[in-house]
Amino acid sequence: MKPPSPEEPRRGFLIASINGLMGLITAALALPSAGYLLGGSKAKRPADWVPAGDLAKLEQNVPEQIVFERVRRDGWKTVKEKASAWMVKTSEKEVVAFSPVCTHLGCAVSWDGSAKTFACPCHTSSFGTDGKVLAGPAPRALDRFAVKMDGTTILLGEIRQADKA
Amino acid sequence: MLNKVRAWVEDRTGLESGIGHFLNEDIPASSGWHQVFGSMALFMFLVQVFTGIMMALNYAPTTAEAHSSLRYILTELTAGRLMRGLHHWGASMMICIVVLHMVQVFLWGAYKKPREATWMLGVVLLLLTLGFGLTGYLLPWDNRAYWGTVVTTQIAAKAPGMGPYILTLLGSEDGQIGSVTFARFYAAHVLILPAVTALLIFLHVYLVRRHGVAPAPVETAPPIKFYPRQVFKDTVAIFAMFALLFVLAVAVRVPLGKLADPNDVSYIPRPEWYFLFLFQVLKYFEGPLEIVGSMILPGIAVVLLFLTPFIDRGKAIALRQRTGAIGVLVLSLIGWGALTAAALSTTPHRDPWKGFTAEEMAAIGTFRQAECWKCHSSSPGDSRPGPNLADIAVLRDRDWLVKHFKDASAEAGKSVKDLQWRRLATFLPKLDDENVESLHQTPQTLVAGAVVYQQNNCGACHQINGAGMKSGPGLNGVAKRWDRKWMEEHFIDPESKSPGTIMPAYKFSPADMTAMLDYMMSLTD
Repeated sequence: MKPPSPEEPRRGFLIASINGLMGLITAALALPSAGYLLGGSKAKRPADWVPAGDLAKLEQNVPEQIVFERVRRDGWKTVKEKASAWMVKTSEKEVVAFSPVCTHLGCAVSWDGSAKTFACPCHTSSFGTDGKVLAGPAPRALDRFAVKMDGTTILLGEIRQADKA
Repeated sequence: MLNKVRAWVEDRTGLESGIGHFLNEDIPASSGWHQVFGSMALFMFLVQVFTGIMMALNYAPTTAEAHSSLRYILTELTAGRLMRGLHHWGASMMICIVVLHMVQVFLWGAYKKPREATWMLGVVLLLLTLGFGLTGYLLPWDNRAYWGTVVTTQIAAKAPGMGPYILTLLGSEDGQIGSVTFARFYAAHVLILPAVTALLIFLHVYLVRRHGVAPAPVETAPPIKFYPRQVFKDTVAIFAMFALLFVLAVAVRVPLGKLADPNDVSYIPRPEWYFLFLFQVLKYFEGPLEIVGSMILPGIAVVLLFLTPFIDRGKAIALRQRTGAIGVLVLSLIGWGALTAAALSTTPHRDPWKGFTAEEMAAIGTFRQAECWKCHSSSPGDSRPGPNLADIAVLRDRDWLVKHFKDASAEAGKSVKDLQWRRLATFLPKLDDENVESLHQTPQTLVAGAVVYQQNNCGACHQINGAGMKSGPGLNGVAKRWDRKWMEEHFIDPESKSPGTIMPAYKFSPADMTAMLDYMMSLTD
């Protein structure tokens, strides 16, 4: 900036005011906008327990993909949609339900019966029947649904992240 | 390093010298506070663009989802209400600023040769600004939006010879407002109008630069630079306006009404305040003359405004020599003000509780009995610690509410029956911006009457606002059939008034009887 000239002794004050006021306006718009875009929805609804298959019909340690219907909040909509889980029956009373989403970049994993692994078709990550990473770039084991039993009916809740592999 | 980057950018783009050239423009020494409105209008446009984009990031522009997505913005997102508030009040403020800008230019005679084209572009920009208001009005897709646009399109439909074509262009071939009209208005609002407006603003500013800021009749001092003295004044004015806008957006809640309902005959359509004068003009021209009010007069006004520089060709720009022009301005402002005031004063008021069932009225009683209003606000500008109850349907479900009532009332030492809580939990989610004020506006005597009505299970035989059985006579409009005294005697001894009736006698306490009768007399058709 030019040095203050004698005709405009308040030049420095004027410029500082212009920058200050414009800065305030910018902040008054930018801060709420950050909250608006990054804050997410204030209405938190925990996922309902949804029935997803019958434990009695599963074979022990043979993963099976179970498709079930769930209700999900999609922005301003509540949608009823199909979802799936890879079920691994671990005992007569217990089952582990893996999310079919690869923990690397979200491709759908499927069971490779001959290799006995969950294989990701995108970047060749593979997971064992316990969900742990066997190979590939996946950063952690497969995510699991919370599981609850109602008789022999399997109820699935929220998806939880497994610990890092 | 920074200097090197700066030098590189300057060398390759001329950015810095360009900005310097723009800011160091010579302006007349007489320039001052009266010339801040142009910058303010430009700034308002930028605020509208910014908040508009913000809303578009969470808005689904179809009739199926517009309302629910806007509701999502308002109730579920941080600062969502602020964004809409800024956009809504910003629209009104922009109209005010644009009009002030024109008034200033008019008073100072700044439209005169050689600045005629600048003025005409300005008039087009005014029309575009109104176009934004008209098209944006439909986008919330609530009753207000729907019915307001029905009236607008019907006016357009009456254009002689062109009506059907205009209707088709507005996506309303069959005279109905629906998905196509909505898409057209949305596209106009976010694509066509912004692009055209931005281009014309550019040309408008270019012309201002080409001809220079209009000087005073006699300039005594040599020109000064635009920056920083005038920019400072512009900035202070912009800041004051923005501060007012921000306060409005935070403090005054912009309502989102019920989802657009073409069958809702009880809705009273009213346009935005800046169109009210046109709305009022339509009342004075009936039948074949209607077109005079809807098109001919507004058309003449726009043409006159557009051609102002050619109508007033006098060289005089000093205010004292231009009494005629000033007279025209004052008369237009008075006419506009009077029409707007007339429209406002004739807007009928509808009490939000008129449509409630007795059970819903009794729920208001529970709300008051438990003193829920101590924490919860139910009117705009009222900021109590608890959430505003117009949003409750989205945020909470019924079971949660019942539990919350029990916890909160146990803490406050209030005892309320479970049944009452359940009714309140059913009632609260039905509240929205249009009827939430009923929580504190409904006269207590009517609420008390409804409580008595519920306690005596009157709904087992009678119906109010569609709720209850029909073995006895419906009670809406009962005041038209019988007077208060008749009804009181009928409660005490029904047989004496209607022989053979199956209605039992009721011995209310005097207070209950008064409330009951007040309630009965208030029931409209």
